[in-house]
Amino acid sequence: MNFDYTDEQKALKDEARRFLAAVSPLTVVRAALDNPAEGYDKALWARIGEQGWCGAAIPEEFDGIGMGYVELCALAEELGRSLAPVPFASTVYQFAEALLLAGSPEQKAELLPQVAGGSLIGTLAVSEGPGVLAPDRIATRFADNKLTGVKLPVTDGLAADRAIVLAQSDRGPGLYLVDLTSEGVERSLVSTIDPTRGEAQITFANAPAQPLGTPGEGLTLLSRIQDRAAILVAFEQLGGADRALEMARDYALERYAFGRPIGSYQAIKHKLADVFIRNEVARANAYYGAWALSTDAPELPLAAAAARVAGSNAYLLASRENIQTHGGIGFTWEADCHFFYRRARHLGLILGAPRDWKRRLADRLEQRVALEGQQP
Amino acid sequence: MNFDESPEEAAYRAKVRAWIAENAPDMSGLTATERRQWHDKHKDVARVWQATKAAAGYACISWSPEWGGAGGTAIEEAIFGQEELRAGLQFNYFRTGLDMLLPALMEHNKDEASLARVPSAVRGEEIWCQLFSEPASGSDSAGVRCAAVRDGDSWVINGQKVWNSGAQIADYGMLVARTNPDVPKHKGLTVFWLDMKTPGVEVRPIRMMSGDNELNEVFLTDVRLPDSQRVGEEGGGWKVIITTLMNERASLGSGTGLNWRDIIALAAETPSFDGPAIEDPAFREWLADLYVDAEAIRLLSFRTLTSLSKGATPGPEGSAGKLLWSNLAQNLTDKALDLLDHAGLMDDPDEATMNGAFQHRFLWAPGLRLGGGTDEIMKNIIAERVLGLPGDIRVDKNVPFREIPNGR
Ligand SMILES: Cc1cc2nc3c(=O)[nH]c(=O)nc-3n(C[C@H](O)[C@H](O)[C@H](O)COP(=O)(O)OP(=O)(O)OC[C@H]3O[C@@H](n4cnc5c(N)ncnc54)[C@H](O)[C@@H]3O)c2cc1C
Repeated sequence: MNFDYTDEQKALKDEARRFLAAVSPLTVVRAALDNPAEGYDKALWARIGEQGWCGAAIPEEFDGIGMGYVELCALAEELGRSLAPVPFASTVYQFAEALLLAGSPEQKAELLPQVAGGSLIGTLAVSEGPGVLAPDRIATRFADNKLTGVKLPVTDGLAADRAIVLAQSDRGPGLYLVDLTSEGVERSLVSTIDPTRGEAQITFANAPAQPLGTPGEGLTLLSRIQDRAAILVAFEQLGGADRALEMARDYALERYAFGRPIGSYQAIKHKLADVFIRNEVARANAYYGAWALSTDAPELPLAAAAARVAGSNAYLLASRENIQTHGGIGFTWEADCHFFYRRARHLGLILGAPRDWKRRLADRLEQRVALEGQQP
Repeated sequence: MNFDESPEEAAYRAKVRAWIAENAPDMSGLTATERRQWHDKHKDVARVWQATKAAAGYACISWSPEWGGAGGTAIEEAIFGQEELRAGLQFNYFRTGLDMLLPALMEHNKDEASLARVPSAVRGEEIWCQLFSEPASGSDSAGVRCAAVRDGDSWVINGQKVWNSGAQIADYGMLVARTNPDVPKHKGLTVFWLDMKTPGVEVRPIRMMSGDNELNEVFLTDVRLPDSQRVGEEGGGWKVIITTLMNERASLGSGTGLNWRDIIALAAETPSFDGPAIEDPAFREWLADLYVDAEAIRLLSFRTLTSLSKGATPGPEGSAGKLLWSNLAQNLTDKALDLLDHAGLMDDPDEATMNGAFQHRFLWAPGLRLGGGTDEIMKNIIAERVLGLPGDIRVDKNVPFREIPNGR
């Protein structure tokens, strides 16, 4: 039993932090924020691609590095800290995982090497508007190898080359692979609370598509993809939450009011201690998720939901109280606090809202208890 | 990151699980009331269990055999503890001594007769209590007034202690006294250990809001102790206190008592609006939040173990586990009473659901947020020692203790 990164993983993480501090300072995030039409930073994405990070958990047979999932989690934590405006989560945690889980040999052979090399951006298109997704509310349809419908919003939908789309078919909901440059696909930017990660509306009008995995089993597959992505995103959330707390701490030491640092007031100290505790809860649950992901343990669905709930709770609180600790300056466009506030909400919604994940977590706890009841 | 057990760990777990199943005390003859902590019958069972464990090499597993331990690893000790919990064996009588006080004694006192106390405590023959707090010195644990005055080779002690868990049944205690009131408060403290039957020691039980009798006042009148019973340097008591409090937080931070499984079981059998409470969406959302905290407490204790097994001592992060655990206990019992609706009122062990365990714990939970450091003090520790924020402004710093103002 070991509840920590290994020394090699720590070294990887340190290196990633140094690299991102150099290539993705918050000025890069600000530039992306001021230029939402781009949706991501192309130069930065290229640098990250060169590092081989996109292929961290992709097996060598598909030109990945095949390091492992704990290593990918370590990178995710650092990407989360840096707020790097790149389509990493869509491409690596969702698109690549979907292919690895359900892709045909041809689909894998064609696409995974491009993902691993950083030359292909992929995304998952699930949402069709407000509210929790339910099977009978999927209006997008697949028939005769063609997709028709509207997905909104799709993270990195403008930047992506390919998408995996959730759609209804005669055999029930399924996932379908679409080349977004093909005929019948129209895309437009939608303005969101976090313009550093582009969101789009994508309209499919008889766009050519091919099934990914078994048609009719799309929701089960989606849930497996989302579980895996939830753990990776939990590390981005943790990284962001830690950095927001550090920012608040640093400011609390520098800013004086009534003749002393505001960090010497208990109201501020206790607030930041509360944030620390939420981050610890997120860290503990994320680490457990990393282990479950790296070993494909039976606990994975439960650990994933817990990591997601804890990660979302922590980042939201940390980013909110960071602004509060900064006072008026924290509320300005010029200060960096709002980047974290935006990203906290962004990451908390991209895979389904915490409310939905709490429901999943409760379901899985019930299953766990039922299972234990059957054991001798 | 590896939560899988190594083959050796798994084998050890299987071995101790079998051993516990074979040797666990049978408590079926005890009533629900007799099965509660501090009840005489419960305590007797605990003593026998501790002795049985010690004889088999399962007491203080990570301590060296010289001290009555088993020379095992911290991980093995944790595995045994988990298996004990799993078997429903939760006895806290020896925790104060074995987790907190005796490690400090071993570290700070080299006197042979003093150290001879340790192995018998491991065997459950002796129960220890912590005599730190006083009416005017709780959170401010350096505010001790109980005075020790040197008289040749011995010390004469006068004063009062309070909130001493288990002092009513304890055989020995560890006590903080002021040996110099003319220096600032942290500098004039000295720690001693004593036999609770020493002349001049009087224990008066305090009845708690839960109705239980765990806490006590201890009065010390001309209590004479030899200098060999001093723990640490004269005037160096603060160091000893810190050792014990760090161990206390690490030990409390692992969390025991009612947990998410219990509330799921309750919710499954308790009617709510349209079916059992477990189906109520509001309950499910609450449950998810509770679970991530409960799980974090369990996992954070693994992290403490990981660093202990690498030779580190418990750090201030232990405060997070303690805070989470005591607040979870209060939230969980509140929710249980809410689910039970009107019947949530009943704590009669014969009538109430689960023998009234939720109600009993509900009346216990406020104490968990106070004992072992209050929520507020834990947050100060996190803010100052983990986050590096400034210490609170101290009006009593650099002031001789006898000049410090005091209120109630
Ligand atoms: C169940 C239980 C078991 C215990 N067992 C033992 C034992 O075995 N041995 C022993 O010696 N003691 C024991 N204690 C005592 C315990 O350590 C004290 O109760 C605790 O430290 C609080 O001290 P106090 O009760 O004097 O409260 P106070 O210190 O008077 O605190 C009152 C309130 O003021 C707050 N407060 C105090 N100082 C600050 C500050 N600087 N900043 C912000 N808020 C502050 C506190 O958080 C609390 O809310 C036990 C207590 C309980 C409840």
